[in-house]
Amino acid sequence: MSRRLAYIAAINEAISQEMARDQSVLYFGQNIATTENDEFLKAFGGDRVRVTPISETAEIGMAVGAALAGYRPVVELYMAEFMLVAMDQVVNEAPRFRYMSGGRVTVPLVLKAGYGFTAGWAGQHTGSIYGMFTGVPGLKVALPATPADAKGLMATAIRDDNPVCFFHHYLLTLEEGEVPEGEYLVPFGQADVRRAGDDVTIVATGAMVGRALAAADALAASGVAAEVIDPRTLVPLDMATILDSVRKTGRLVLVDQATRHASAAAVIAAEVADQGFGYLKAPVKLVTALDATVPYSKPMEEYILPDEEKIAAAVRAVIR
Amino acid sequence: MNDAVPVPDRDRLVWMYRQMLRIREFEERVKATFTEHPGVIRGHTHLADGAEASIVGSLAALRTSPGPGDQVMATYRCHGYPLVLGSDPNAMMAEIYGRATGLCGGYGGSMHLADPERGFLGTSGIVGQGIPQATGVAYAAQIRKQGQVVLCFFGDGASKQGAFAEALNVASLWKLPIVYVLENNSYNVVTRVEQEDANAAAGEPLSVKARAFSMPGVTVDGGDPVLVYDAVAAAVGRARSGAGPTLVESKIYRLSAHGNIIAPPGVPLHFPEHEAVAVFGAPEEYEAARRADPLPRMRDWLTAAGALDADAADALAASVAMEMSAAVEFALASPYPAPDEALRHVYA
Repeated sequence: MSRRLAYIAAINEAISQEMARDQSVLYFGQNIATTENDEFLKAFGGDRVRVTPISETAEIGMAVGAALAGYRPVVELYMAEFMLVAMDQVVNEAPRFRYMSGGRVTVPLVLKAGYGFTAGWAGQHTGSIYGMFTGVPGLKVALPATPADAKGLMATAIRDDNPVCFFHHYLLTLEEGEVPEGEYLVPFGQADVRRAGDDVTIVATGAMVGRALAAADALAASGVAAEVIDPRTLVPLDMATILDSVRKTGRLVLVDQATRHASAAAVIAAEVADQGFGYLKAPVKLVTALDATVPYSKPMEEYILPDEEKIAAAVRAVIR
Repeated sequence: MNDAVPVPDRDRLVWMYRQMLRIREFEERVKATFTEHPGVIRGHTHLADGAEASIVGSLAALRTSPGPGDQVMATYRCHGYPLVLGSDPNAMMAEIYGRATGLCGGYGGSMHLADPERGFLGTSGIVGQGIPQATGVAYAAQIRKQGQVVLCFFGDGASKQGAFAEALNVASLWKLPIVYVLENNSYNVVTRVEQEDANAAAGEPLSVKARAFSMPGVTVDGGDPVLVYDAVAAAVGRARSGAGPTLVESKIYRLSAHGNIIAPPGVPLHFPEHEAVAVFGAPEEYEAARRADPLPRMRDWLTAAGALDADAADALAASVAMEMSAAVEFALASPYPAPDEALRHVYA
């Protein structure tokens, strides 16, 4: 059974269901559970649900410690940029402990962080910064694009025995979609082919998936059949599905809200060049954010971001 | 002496001295390896000579039974703690020598010992970053409700990190069962504490930092394991009772340099002279610290108290020397890991 649910509600449902299923799951962060009316607090109590000070290093560092001691913390970070305040804990602590101990300890935790809030939030709360984390061995990175994936990937993240950065897209917060009721898990490292097509492969993540699908619809009217793939997790990355598609289409357009050299698109392009060069009938095209801090004013903000037209233009360039 | 803290009996005092000897002897072997077996130890190694009384006195305050044991996190200067908690010195030396038989399989080395079965959950090599982690372990202990307490060790330099302030605020706010042991060895690498700490510059002990977090702060002579034990045991009792954390400043003097020299491959590694001599031209300071070495101090104290005669002390030293010689032999004879083991343990 499924019903329509907003993206953010789907994430909360996953956390709630996992907390009900497993007593070791904790949920803490800033500005949650400040009154008795908080749903999580009512359901799971003050031991497992806590408001923290604005102290990201303490929040994430304590999550590492609680994980070492056998718990599964989910840290509510709100905005992905707030992780930058605690970069050492995210990059150089959480994913290192298991390895440095030769596998003697595990650090299961989830860092829940919103990104991509390109709705007038200007320079410091709008970044698509997942590229900073995808190259860190020991970290996993999930990037849900639909409410169902938001639920399924969060549940999988909580059950994973490794530190997971769960990046939810702020522009999708209220997007509704069909979401299965009850236990629902989306496996990591399994891309979703959102639309089938033989002429060109488009890979997109997060809110860019919707723009890629819209571009594919427009292209279909002119007789171009685009395949749209959402990797759903960047670590692990399902290169097999992408390479299979490129083998079929011979053409690849990568859409990414991050700036070019910090994007997942750059990594996927390199992998295809390395593993699938012979399949290509045209150069790989990247449609990424332009290399600027996100500006406040709307026309400038729109100018730097990938959109349906830029995606369609890139497709036409490789089809020609 | 705190009334609530049990007084260590003769056997316990001798146990303390024996553990101090074990740490010193183990680390003397580590230091000697640089000259006796060049190239066997790589990277950066940090010794705790001078801190033995503080380490042992602190850990003596922990509960090993009944119930689940207390837990410990420390820094990259980490050889002493697991030795006292019962880790195998053979495996520890093998780890420092990069061998497959090492405590962590050769993945961590000197700076990253971990032995979770003995309550030693690991270390961060980044100054101050272990403090919130230990605080998280204490949060876990609080909600597990089995009376566990966490000891968090760090140095004077770490107390200027944001991680310190953030973690102590939460620990006091949530009344977490943790004791912060600030080992003040007067030097942050080659910087004197008065040069980088406002409290020290003002002539105040570093334990006054506790006031900012509304928790007790005490300063203790870290050269005497019984004084350290008294202070830490009182703080552990307070933590276990649910009253919250304490900051204990243990004043020690590191008798070796911060670490071995930092050098590119090809340059033989060694331990330079202590910074007091090599950097500040203050050999008298260093010699005074050597004369106050906690090991002979404890031996003299035990002898004067009639707890240990000269023959027994010599026998103790001989047995510890044999134990640590065996650790070196074991580590030298152990195989290196297969290269492709490097891809294990990246993910659980």
